[in-house]
Amino acid sequence: MKLTGAQILLEGLKREGVEVVFGYPGGAVLNVYDEIFKENFKHILVRHEQGAVHAADGYARSSGKVGVCLVTSGPGGTNTVTGIATAYMDSVPLVVFSGQVPTPLIGNDAFQEADIVGITRSCTKHNYLVKDVKELPRIIGEAFYIAKSGRPGPVLVDLPKDVMLDSGNVSFPENVSVRGYHPTYEGHSYQIERALQLIYKAKRPIIYAGGGVILSNASKELTDFTKILNFPITMTLMGLGAFPVTEPLALGMLGMHGTFSANMAISESDLVIAIGARFDDRVTGKIEEFAPHARIIHIDIDPTSISKNIKVDIPIVGDCKRVLTVLLKEMEGHEDETERVKGRVAPWLEQIEKWRNKHALAYELEDAIKPQYVVEKIGELTGGNAIIATEVGQNQMWAAQFYKFTKPRTFLTSGGLGTMGYGLPAAIGAQVAHPDATVIDIAGDGSIQMNIQEMATAVQYNLPVNIVILNNSYLGMVRQWQELFFDRRYAYTCMENIAPDFVKLAEAYGALGFRVEKMKEVVPTLKKAFKAKRPAIIDVVVEKFEGVYPMVPAGASLKQMLLV
Amino acid sequence: MRHTLSVLVENEFGVLSRVASLFSARGFNIESLCVAETLDPSLSLMTIVTRGDEMIMEQITKQLNKLINVIKVTDLSEKKFVDRELVLVKVKATKTNRAEILRIVDIFRGKVVDVSLKTLSIEITGDDGKISAMIELLRPLGIREIVRTGKIAMLRAVK
Ligand SMILES: Cc1ncc(C[n+]2csc(CCOP(=O)(O)OP(=O)(O)O)c2C)c(N)n1
Ligand SMILES: [Mg+2]
Repeated sequence: MKLTGAQILLEGLKREGVEVVFGYPGGAVLNVYDEIFKENFKHILVRHEQGAVHAADGYARSSGKVGVCLVTSGPGGTNTVTGIATAYMDSVPLVVFSGQVPTPLIGNDAFQEADIVGITRSCTKHNYLVKDVKELPRIIGEAFYIAKSGRPGPVLVDLPKDVMLDSGNVSFPENVSVRGYHPTYEGHSYQIERALQLIYKAKRPIIYAGGGVILSNASKELTDFTKILNFPITMTLMGLGAFPVTEPLALGMLGMHGTFSANMAISESDLVIAIGARFDDRVTGKIEEFAPHARIIHIDIDPTSISKNIKVDIPIVGDCKRVLTVLLKEMEGHEDETERVKGRVAPWLEQIEKWRNKHALAYELEDAIKPQYVVEKIGELTGGNAIIATEVGQNQMWAAQFYKFTKPRTFLTSGGLGTMGYGLPAAIGAQVAHPDATVIDIAGDGSIQMNIQEMATAVQYNLPVNIVILNNSYLGMVRQWQELFFDRRYAYTCMENIAPDFVKLAEAYGALGFRVEKMKEVVPTLKKAFKAKRPAIIDVVVEKFEGVYPMVPAGASLKQMLLV
Repeated sequence: MRHTLSVLVENEFGVLSRVASLFSARGFNIESLCVAETLDPSLSLMTIVTRGDEMIMEQITKQLNKLINVIKVTDLSEKKFVDRELVLVKVKATKTNRAEILRIVDIFRGKVVDVSLKTLSIEITGDDGKISAMIELLRPLGIREIVRTGKIAMLRAVK
């Protein structure tokens, strides 16, 4: 079959089951866009290439499918870098197709040329420059395979214009095999056996679950494992939703803004079972004092995550779902041991209960609207059934603390890179994947301005995302650090009186705009906005100086929490 | 501790830069790096000399393995291996010390590869010990320039 490069690309997308491409056109990808047009392939036109990548990312995180982007050369490519780095840090499967100048011009500083393969080398799982149209089918297959297998991640494919115009007789290979890439899925049985022995000996165990559980669709296995053993469980920011936080065994998030009970429990534990988590510095605090009395079992598909920051006793390289399945199977024959360990752990659970009661997550109601209250009400009004995206800062941490996540793939947040401007486009991508879901971006007044242009995308495609701005007139999280560590010198963090009128802004884009200034308006306005099923901004004027607590100062040990 | 890694990679453009940027991005150090095609032209072999404690070496090995184009990583330092480096040294040669230089070259089984009125250029191949011994002997005579290939290494056959 003789096809042009552009036709091969479209054929490849169909073969990979791609439903939608998020993109932005330009000179280098005109041919590809022409093909998209002729084929009537579903394409969402964003307003900035960063938005395309975050939207594909939100699509991917919420659906488990690979997100796909298409951008032009030069600035089109460089605009994707923050999005790609965001996805890389959080292991999100993406394939980004970028246009490139024709191969004879590469290296000549041609118009709109950027060495995007070089630029993205350290923030992609892998990347390709396609030099010959004949390689295209293989590379497309490899790109999708690499993006979604093993520890997922973004893959970039750079497409020179002449290669897209060129035609060749091509066939798509049936199977993909990459010589130097063989992810390990099955955990080592000897290590699993050893892990089980430690589990049965534990007195003060804790399960520490991360985003890997969600990526491997292992929530059910994790839930069974936790409940059968009756062990307490804490989750990372990326792990929220892996186990219902409403369950008594769940201690909520750990780390810098984790709960008192989670941080105390991990610090006093004698066994940490880390599942799909990577001992990030925001989680561990001072690494030397992290879980000092504990033996550590670490299950992760990425061998480089194991013993990177902390020496573990039992490494298990493998897919969380498969390893947990084997553990559950092994446990089946040992009901008596399970009962014994449950009995032994009972006093530990009582201790944890005391910690939980001593300092539960809380805030004081005052005249000014409390941001935590808004998040709680969002949770109540949606019955915890919404997909929540966040921006970065206090808004993100309050969302993590006060929305009760019970299902995987319902929390979209930039955990690793901490990218302000992630939430709105991610929400748009999630809404594309789940047209009937209630999708909410819990935003800050600072962050929302970083990709506000995507309002136009939401309106154009009638994607009814709700942006709830917790408007504290500050770059609040930075202000909080300045309050605590810089004697309240609020250097360039105050946005009072210089923010746009978000209601008018929403209206200017053709969306709905609401402002909430009084406590009693919070619930009725949210209700009205959610019911309207139209893109909307709900600008909630909240207490300016509210802080996120508990807080472990950077570099301190987890027990050194500031509580108010 | 110093480690010599043998890294089998796909012979593709960009692979060297992936390996090099991995080392720089993660703050691992490279003492030397040699790379050339293997018998199978689709593969290249890199010999990398690096330093690190056990935990760092574990990370380096794992991170290299994680690169899609890397096929196999062997830490030779854990095994018996031979290593060689080729060095070119240009030494100041006067009437009086020319003979001494030639004697040293002879002892180390080096080769004179270029001669001028004022200099002698010498080629020498050997392991670390031999090369540094020769350099130490030549140094007092006045080394003008030195170029080293970096180390290549190979596992010894099991006997
Ligand atoms: C792109 C980017 N630039 C800067 C930062 C540093 N930063 C982290 S939180 C924050 C403040 C965010 O302000 P806002 O969106 O209003 O959220 P709030 O903390 O007030 O809820 C800043 C500037 C960042 N995370 N991302
Ligand atoms: Mg703010």
